[in-house]
Amino acid sequence: MAEPRPVLEMTGIVKEFPGVRALSDVDFRLFPGEIHALMGENGAGKSTLIKVLTGVYSLDGGTITLDGRSVRIASPLQAQQAGISTVYQEVNLCPNLSVAENIFIGREPTRLGRIQWKQLRRRAAELVDRLGLDIDVSAPLSSYPLAVQQLVAIVRSLGTGDGEGPGTKVLVLDEPTSSLDRDEVLQLFALMRRLKDEGVAILFVSHFLDQIYEVCDRMTVLRNGTLVGEHMVRDLDQVGLVQLMLGKAMGQLDELHEHQLRSDVGETLLRADGLGRTGGIAPFDLEIKKGEVIGLAGLLGSGRTELARLLFGADQPDAGKVSIGGKQVSMSAPNDAIGAGVAFCSENRKSEGLVPDLTVRENIILALQASRGWTRPIPVSQRDELVAKYIKALDIRPANPEARVGQLSGGNQQKVLLARWLITQPKLLILDEPTRGIDIGAKAEIQKLVVSLSEDGMSVLYIAAELEEVLRLSHTIGVLRDRRLVAQIANGPEITTSRILETIASGEHQ
Amino acid sequence: MTTPSTTSSRWRALTRHHLFWPVAVLVLLLLVNVPFTPDFFSIKMADGHLYGSLVSIVLFGSPLILVAVGMTLVIATGGIDLSVGAVVAITGALACSYISDQSDQSALSGVLLAMGLGLLAAVVCGLWNGFLVARMGIQPIIATLIIMVAGRGVAQLITDGQIITINSSPYKLIGGGYWLTLPFSIFVVAAVVAVTVVLTRRTALGLLVEAVGGNAEASRLVGIRSRRIKIMVYMFCALCAGIAGLMISSNTSAADGNNAGLWIELDAILAVVIGGTSLLGGRFSVGGTVIGALVIQTLTTTIYTIGVPTQTNLVFKAAVVIAVCLMQSPKFRAKVFGARFGAKGSTTPAAAPADTAATEAAPKMEVS
Repeated sequence: MAEPRPVLEMTGIVKEFPGVRALSDVDFRLFPGEIHALMGENGAGKSTLIKVLTGVYSLDGGTITLDGRSVRIASPLQAQQAGISTVYQEVNLCPNLSVAENIFIGREPTRLGRIQWKQLRRRAAELVDRLGLDIDVSAPLSSYPLAVQQLVAIVRSLGTGDGEGPGTKVLVLDEPTSSLDRDEVLQLFALMRRLKDEGVAILFVSHFLDQIYEVCDRMTVLRNGTLVGEHMVRDLDQVGLVQLMLGKAMGQLDELHEHQLRSDVGETLLRADGLGRTGGIAPFDLEIKKGEVIGLAGLLGSGRTELARLLFGADQPDAGKVSIGGKQVSMSAPNDAIGAGVAFCSENRKSEGLVPDLTVRENIILALQASRGWTRPIPVSQRDELVAKYIKALDIRPANPEARVGQLSGGNQQKVLLARWLITQPKLLILDEPTRGIDIGAKAEIQKLVVSLSEDGMSVLYIAAELEEVLRLSHTIGVLRDRRLVAQIANGPEITTSRILETIASGEHQ
Repeated sequence: MTTPSTTSSRWRALTRHHLFWPVAVLVLLLLVNVPFTPDFFSIKMADGHLYGSLVSIVLFGSPLILVAVGMTLVIATGGIDLSVGAVVAITGALACSYISDQSDQSALSGVLLAMGLGLLAAVVCGLWNGFLVARMGIQPIIATLIIMVAGRGVAQLITDGQIITINSSPYKLIGGGYWLTLPFSIFVVAAVVAVTVVLTRRTALGLLVEAVGGNAEASRLVGIRSRRIKIMVYMFCALCAGIAGLMISSNTSAADGNNAGLWIELDAILAVVIGGTSLLGGRFSVGGTVIGALVIQTLTTTIYTIGVPTQTNLVFKAAVVIAVCLMQSPKFRAKVFGARFGAKGSTTPAAAPADTAATEAAPKMEVS
């Protein structure tokens, strides 16, 4: 086959961490003018490969060839100078500065040491125009939604287009779509296609299979740090892909579909009356029964997280009251809720969940230890037993309690947080987007876990962006819109995602 | 890259140990003394006491070790305590002025009461610091600055602006006496370090402190009572400073509100950083801090033994401190010595603070 020469070739890549071989002998290539998906479960090595490519990690073995020349990439700056640009899941820009300033930050056009503001704005506007985006470059970045900020991050990563440096040959997009809605995703795809036509090679990571099939030309699949294969997207269907990623036949997800939800939910566990917080969520009434799974559906920013935070005392309510198990709880701090048996896994794993410098073990026991106070440490043998049990039960990898939690992959970090709360044996578990940014295998595991916890009598408040997920798991679906709980719908065979979407769209309960 | 042999992987494990670089620096500094003082490592027995450079380093370094150990916990919560020097002065002033008022300055009950009074004052200072930081939400550096400045004034009020001298043999024991052939202060330091280690590692205090310092918001959301922990830690730090204050005033049999413990907070912060605890909070190492304090004391001793001219003392000290901090930075080592000594990929938490300390150390040391 007469293939064009790849712009990037990585051969025999090896990367080791203390106790873990994150990548062994992985080959990867990228052709100009293609969108290439990097696929794999959590811990398969996707992030590691990207970090090796972008100079965040140094290589332990293997070679990287860019445009036919062997290169050593020792730092993110070198990667950028070599023409490899990266945009991460979290936008790393300054929201308080204008769009134009963000695009040119660190490389502002200057004359005699002074920044040429007019020129900067004009050139930023040209760049944005050329890429077909409708953005006012003089407005502060924070005035735009996250999706647009992401587009700005891409524009920035492409360089200033004034002939400095080699220009971007390789653009790495690490989960850019995880918090975007459908229209925003389309906007992003349009930009990606335009760049592809200009000959840029795009490496795209996403957990949404549909998106991969919509926009990608080729994909590379990793599993457990090794290369499974490289395929043209049109030659491999979704079932085949999932099988490659998991290394086993499908069925995990089907199993869940067949799973009957526990039908006999028990007595009332939690009751919120007129609970609300100005600027957070309008006062709402909510009742959660023992063993019940309540799913919250609504768009980003509709108040899902705000509702959950009130039930945990993470934010203080300024109206209404909560009673748990018949007793009123003040909810002035998380401690009150924890004491009453409520647990909360935040959607922001890094900033509100993990203590990255501590080990897996320490992170797992933190909530239990906090409830016991500092004077009563958990006995070592009991602690190790508990930690080992949950590492095994949740299949946390690496199964090393001494590993620093900051080095784990996203899905495994999520499992550590789950383990942290499960060992406290809560009555109500609040999960805010527990499956965001994690792969399909771990997603299914977490969903199955929710079902089995509910069977054991634990109540779960489940927040997810994907309606199917909410629908599949919940007894009751709370629909939010514009920071208001607009409907509570009992799940049943006649309830479909479109029905929920209607409620979200109309804001009315039929 | 060659396949690692057993020895090199062992070497690697050794260099990765969090105490490796502090210990290496300490050993290096000690060795520097040998050409200038050939009997540097010898310890002699005279009058039933052990004498020698090593003994003096520990003896003179005792107050610094105490203050630095307390400081370690404060820094681990993400805070800092600038008031320890003033607390040293207040404690010494109170204890000495109480003793000087007694008819029998050597009466044990009076001395014990004086010490109790001094330490109580220290703990109250710590409570105040903790209250400002944890309850009022004032930045630690500002909150503790208040006692750093005002505390010296309080100490001078207590001593009426004079240097109070006392003549009390039981009090002299703490900082200037001997027990079992060794300086008594070494036993005090050993006891405080042991208590600290037990308190932090045998209970869950250490874990909770590291969690609060490592991620304050996450700690709040798992229900850690971080305010309580912070107040406790500031009180403990002040208590350590108080004991150091007793030791310093006991050693000279005098309370000097102006100069006792002057700038000791800066040396203590430096000792903590050299010991590998991040100024950003999180993981801490009490053992590392002890070694860090010994490094600083050894450096002071070395400056005298190798005969650095007095005028250039502080500049010399600053230069060594910068070198020490650079040596500890994995990034710097990787750059200068190649990948072999540098931590790869996963940088140790000490990396960033060591860098910070290097840049901050110079101006601080010039005033000390």
